[in-house]
Amino acid sequence: MKLVIKGGRVIDPQSQLDAIMDVFVAAGKIVGVGTVPVGFHANREINAKDLVVCPGLVDLSARLREPGFEYKATLESEMEAAVAGGITSLACSPDTDPPLDEPGLVEMLKHRAKGLNQAHVYPIGALTQGLKGERLTEMAELRDAGCVAFGQSDMPFTNARVMMHAMQYASTFGFGVWLRPQDASLANGGVAHDGEVATRLGLPAISVCAETVALSNIILMAKETGATVHLCRISSAEGVAMVRAARQQGLPVTCDVAANHMHLSEMDIGFFDSNCHLVPPLRGLSDRNALRAGLLDGTIDAVCSDHTPVDEDAKLLPFGEAEAGATGLELLLPLTLKWAAEMRIPLVAALAKVTMEPARILGIDAGHLSPGAAADLCIFDPDQYWKVEAAALKSQGKNTPFLGMELQGKVKYTLVNGNIVNQG
Amino acid sequence: MTMSNNPQLNRNGELQHLLTTEGLPASILLNILDTAESFIGVTERDVKKVPLLRGKSIFNLFFEPSTRTRTTFEIAAKRLSADVVNLNIAASSQSKGETLLDTVNNLSAMHADMFVVRHSQSGAAHLIARHVQPEIHVINAGDGRHAHPTQALLDMFTIRHYKLDFHKLRVAIVGDILHSRVARSQIHALTTLGVPEVRVIAPKTLLPAKVGRLGVHVYHQMEQGLKDVDVLLMLRLQNERMLSARLPSAEEYFKYYGLTQEKLALAKHDAIVLHPGPMNRGVEIDSAVADGKQSVILPQVTFGIAVRMAVMSILAGN
Repeated sequence: MKLVIKGGRVIDPQSQLDAIMDVFVAAGKIVGVGTVPVGFHANREINAKDLVVCPGLVDLSARLREPGFEYKATLESEMEAAVAGGITSLACSPDTDPPLDEPGLVEMLKHRAKGLNQAHVYPIGALTQGLKGERLTEMAELRDAGCVAFGQSDMPFTNARVMMHAMQYASTFGFGVWLRPQDASLANGGVAHDGEVATRLGLPAISVCAETVALSNIILMAKETGATVHLCRISSAEGVAMVRAARQQGLPVTCDVAANHMHLSEMDIGFFDSNCHLVPPLRGLSDRNALRAGLLDGTIDAVCSDHTPVDEDAKLLPFGEAEAGATGLELLLPLTLKWAAEMRIPLVAALAKVTMEPARILGIDAGHLSPGAAADLCIFDPDQYWKVEAAALKSQGKNTPFLGMELQGKVKYTLVNGNIVNQG
Repeated sequence: MTMSNNPQLNRNGELQHLLTTEGLPASILLNILDTAESFIGVTERDVKKVPLLRGKSIFNLFFEPSTRTRTTFEIAAKRLSADVVNLNIAASSQSKGETLLDTVNNLSAMHADMFVVRHSQSGAAHLIARHVQPEIHVINAGDGRHAHPTQALLDMFTIRHYKLDFHKLRVAIVGDILHSRVARSQIHALTTLGVPEVRVIAPKTLLPAKVGRLGVHVYHQMEQGLKDVDVLLMLRLQNERMLSARLPSAEEYFKYYGLTQEKLALAKHDAIVLHPGPMNRGVEIDSAVADGKQSVILPQVTFGIAVRMAVMSILAGN
């Protein structure tokens, strides 16, 4: 099929392009941006007038809940949610049941995902067997099965020596190590930031130290082992400062932030709103502001959805017992646009944080509009408001702190390999 | 997202539920104290009953074991002529996997008028209040570390009884502030009622991170914290604090933070001592103080029934 996307505002962060022009697609690839390839005759046209045409979004953290947690969400529902959110590539976390610690499981997931013909799925393999933090997984085998990096999700290491060896072994093969910095013993039992709100509501707290102590270990070990480390979902101002310092030293450290954390703080917990029970916890306003600034100055490379669908019953519990997490795939774009609007950042710079930057961290050829690249595209109306409500979300998880709010930015078409996989 | 309206008040600004002392206007707190005053007479009569809640069903939902608080709520309800059902849920449906809201919905279907709830999780009473039918009232009898508003109100009643006016007092809360729902409710009630100086005295391991933001002055030594204090609110110390490495021993705690006659002498000569019970004698308080002339711990228990009667009758009338 030959397709022309006509008259859209084409934004490609990689080439710093932001102009009204046409995009030409043939055989699943981008064959021209602005100029018609010789002999191109479209047999389908998308009118993109007043719409933005950009690379499909790349999400660094999505829980698809398969295998093991199908009652929370299925691969079908969440893959549909991803393309509804304009996401065409996503990294999924290994904390399934069983965890992604064996090549067979990874192959099965890749196979299932491929069969759905939607977004490209890039599994993050378990760094340790069963995510128990004790024994290493067969990382090289897992890579051959399709894993693009290795991590522990939210599970701790039993001790620092195992962590050190995991980083050494991964770096032997040049595999990225993805870690969310949180010291398990310091965070033990906590459900909210150790600040004003937890003080007032009497919620067991997680101090900033739980993040910074772990960060310090990771950074020192990265230096020692030479491992390429990606820090997942940083949450505090002090954490951002430590990452900035590490990068100034030239360490190969990258970093992401969850979309919710750029907008919300502990204050949003209000009277125990369990939709604001997130991991890591929503921190203070100054932390939130540091995350927003860190993303702007490049200390934080990318924004992720941290998509964690939770079934409704698991949220209808007292705050501390309610399951942590929020649905996110369909909110990644509008929440990134909201940050850009509030910070007065041009769209081209904002979209980099959800396209080329996460693609670079994943080490995949995606997130740009160069001719020859796969035609993975997101076409959205930057002005349209939509209300976040259960019926509007494709994800099986309807839990989000933004429930009931209106957000700006509505995906109209999502293309994967040139196929229109979503029309909104 | 933050809810701007107060979940405890109805559309007319009247008390719909009593979940916490935080965010309630002084007028509502004072109305509870004044109403309790009128019930003191009832509790001292031969026939200790008034028909205010006749025909109403009050369910005591205790998801956490408690004898004292549950009993005082039961007595208060009976003196108002209500029908009382006690449910010790820690030992029944929760262990069979029924969720908190399932339990509450089942009981609502039995036409309850009021729930008195105790639960080990902060926010449990708020959750229930948010999901019950609009005609049902919820009283929080203690949720996790968050709030225990009737305890704080009976403490306020006791303070007013002995000190008459809140506006000139210096009040110190001593002990495990971090884990205490009583302390949080006391702090909000005291500051709302106009007490100019509220102090907390505790080692750093027993204080929440931003306790100063609650409007209190923080002290770590009794010698400084008790100086010129009018009212001492002692808190119970749980043995768990030693197991979780927040304190080395009960003995060292008693030596530095236990209330003895010697330390009490640092406060004003007419200072009063309160404790929510049950007391650990020789841990947070010495027997000589607990049983001494400045102790008002037993009157607290008596006033507690009148205060709970007041809360129930006000809620039933709104």
